[in-house]
Amino acid sequence: MKEIIRAALAILLVSSILLYAVNALQKSSTTVGGGSISVYNWGEYIDPELIEQFEEETNISVVYETFDSNESMMTKIEQGGTTYDVAMPSEYAIEKMKETDLLQPIDHALIPNLGNIDPYFLDLPFDPGNEYSVPYFWGTVGIAFNPTLLEGQTFESWDDLWNSSLEQEVILVDSAREVIGMGLNSLGYSLNSTDMGELREATNKLKTMGPNVKAIIGDEIVEMMRREEAAVAVTWSGQAADMMWINEDIDYSVPEEGSNLWFDNMIIPKTAGNVEGAHAFINFMLDPEVAAQNADYVGYSTPNEQAIALMDPEVTEDERFYPPEELRERLEVYENLGLEMLGTYNELFLEFKMDMEK
Amino acid sequence: MKDNPSRPLYLVPYYIWIALFVIAPIALIFYFSFLDLTGTFTLENYQNFFSSVYLRMTLSSFWYAFLITLITILIAYPTAYWLTKTQHKQLWLLLIIIPSWINLLLKAYAFIGIFGLYGPANKLLQTLGTGPWQILFTDFSFIFVSVYIFIPFMVLPIFNSLDKINPALIDASRDLGASSFTTFKRVIFPMALNGVKSGVQAVFIPALSLFVITRLIAGNKVITLGTAIEQQFLVTQNWGMGSTIAVFLILFMIIIMMLTGQKEKGGAYNGKTR
Repeated sequence: MKEIIRAALAILLVSSILLYAVNALQKSSTTVGGGSISVYNWGEYIDPELIEQFEEETNISVVYETFDSNESMMTKIEQGGTTYDVAMPSEYAIEKMKETDLLQPIDHALIPNLGNIDPYFLDLPFDPGNEYSVPYFWGTVGIAFNPTLLEGQTFESWDDLWNSSLEQEVILVDSAREVIGMGLNSLGYSLNSTDMGELREATNKLKTMGPNVKAIIGDEIVEMMRREEAAVAVTWSGQAADMMWINEDIDYSVPEEGSNLWFDNMIIPKTAGNVEGAHAFINFMLDPEVAAQNADYVGYSTPNEQAIALMDPEVTEDERFYPPEELRERLEVYENLGLEMLGTYNELFLEFKMDMEK
Repeated sequence: MKDNPSRPLYLVPYYIWIALFVIAPIALIFYFSFLDLTGTFTLENYQNFFSSVYLRMTLSSFWYAFLITLITILIAYPTAYWLTKTQHKQLWLLLIIIPSWINLLLKAYAFIGIFGLYGPANKLLQTLGTGPWQILFTDFSFIFVSVYIFIPFMVLPIFNSLDKINPALIDASRDLGASSFTTFKRVIFPMALNGVKSGVQAVFIPALSLFVITRLIAGNKVITLGTAIEQQFLVTQNWGMGSTIAVFLILFMIIIMMLTGQKEKGGAYNGKTR
């Protein structure tokens, strides 16, 4: 018994020393006075140097956390627990968060840098007048492919993915709306379809792609393509840009039938603790130099006109990542289809995974 | 001791723990399983579960869990038996247990590298004159990695029950003219059966709900109940349906516990388990 007590005391002592050390370290690294904000963002979606720069400039320390889907982000914000001051959801998630009253209006007077944004990306249907959101990045869904591993196949159409010469070569992104949307697009339907007949047809068509499907995964896609484990991947434009950064052989194309055009935006959740700090952070991210550096690092397309002027024209004139307006016309923005429809999409996606033809 | 009045007091933390972290969550899951998306009472989730997708998913989960458990036993039993014969039992046991201290995700990522087209596994195959093969994202890689992860959980209980067998009983069996095979069949196997049962519980039940490995190693081409529950809670936000699947998972666990339950206490000592 004595030994147990002694051991328990020893553990307690060691833990309290460690706790003290952690606190001491944290104090010396955060500057006192500016308070702190917590930022909730997608993984690999900001240049970490910019966070340090922001901390130095404003004396506000940043707690940074990441999520991997709009849905899990919303669930966490809704449940409370942690209060986030800034988050970066996609447009359909913003629509839904507005509906469920999770957002607070943005004070445009505190965001003078909003003027740097290309007007095309302002006042969009999901948030008229940018009352609740400020554009962060935008992009498309398309096909990344590595011609050196292929025999001359090209990807102008979604149907090219069904080509029998691509056996075990195609990676799909593990997200119901992207994959079912691709099936819908390949049949010429809208990727916001809620017609059960169309959805059924799309799912059945996707199942016939089974022999070509190598895997259905998330962020690991980038590594797989970089290391030439796979030749073709259906993914977001920015992930494709990430791959090309390392492996220059990779190319990216947005099929003719149409695809998804998306916008990620900065928002302030209703539960935010440091609203002023949140505004300061958003304004900082819209600064031309900051936005340009961030776009360089992240690889997605920036909506910031002034930043584009500072960036390498070779990047910003690349129509694969900065499609001109007439090309954007054939792309569709996701609409918030409601929870029930989202459930249907996911059940069909699950069915597709279960029943893929071998 | 019986009359010590403060004795029930020691049980209070335990009861609180059980109530808060075992009974309450299960009750909540059961409650949520009767709610639809709008929070009204419904039996639809159960009806939905018996629709073809979920039912087939359950069957395929069972099939994979069965294969994983079977292969784990086939590897772990001889290993555990051999361990009891070695001199440095504890050292060998430690070596087998150590990998289970490493986080599952780390191990899964390591296997992505090992099984890749340009990974060591394919290098080896190529020097043997075959390949490269697509190893990652196949049924084979899924079962291989799962078995690897579960081996320590099967070895440990089997080793414990084998190690407890009184060697005198085996000597007696030999003295009475039994062959090694008969000794194994009539003496060792029945006495170590409880170890195998606990091992099956420790492997089969978690194998039903694996979901990290299904994505990273099987590329989501294998779907288990765990995948579906994760998706319902995090993506679809249909807590009702997620809870319904969880209710069935709990039911299956109870059934398995009952099937592999140990009726006779201390069977490994007195050898009455026949």
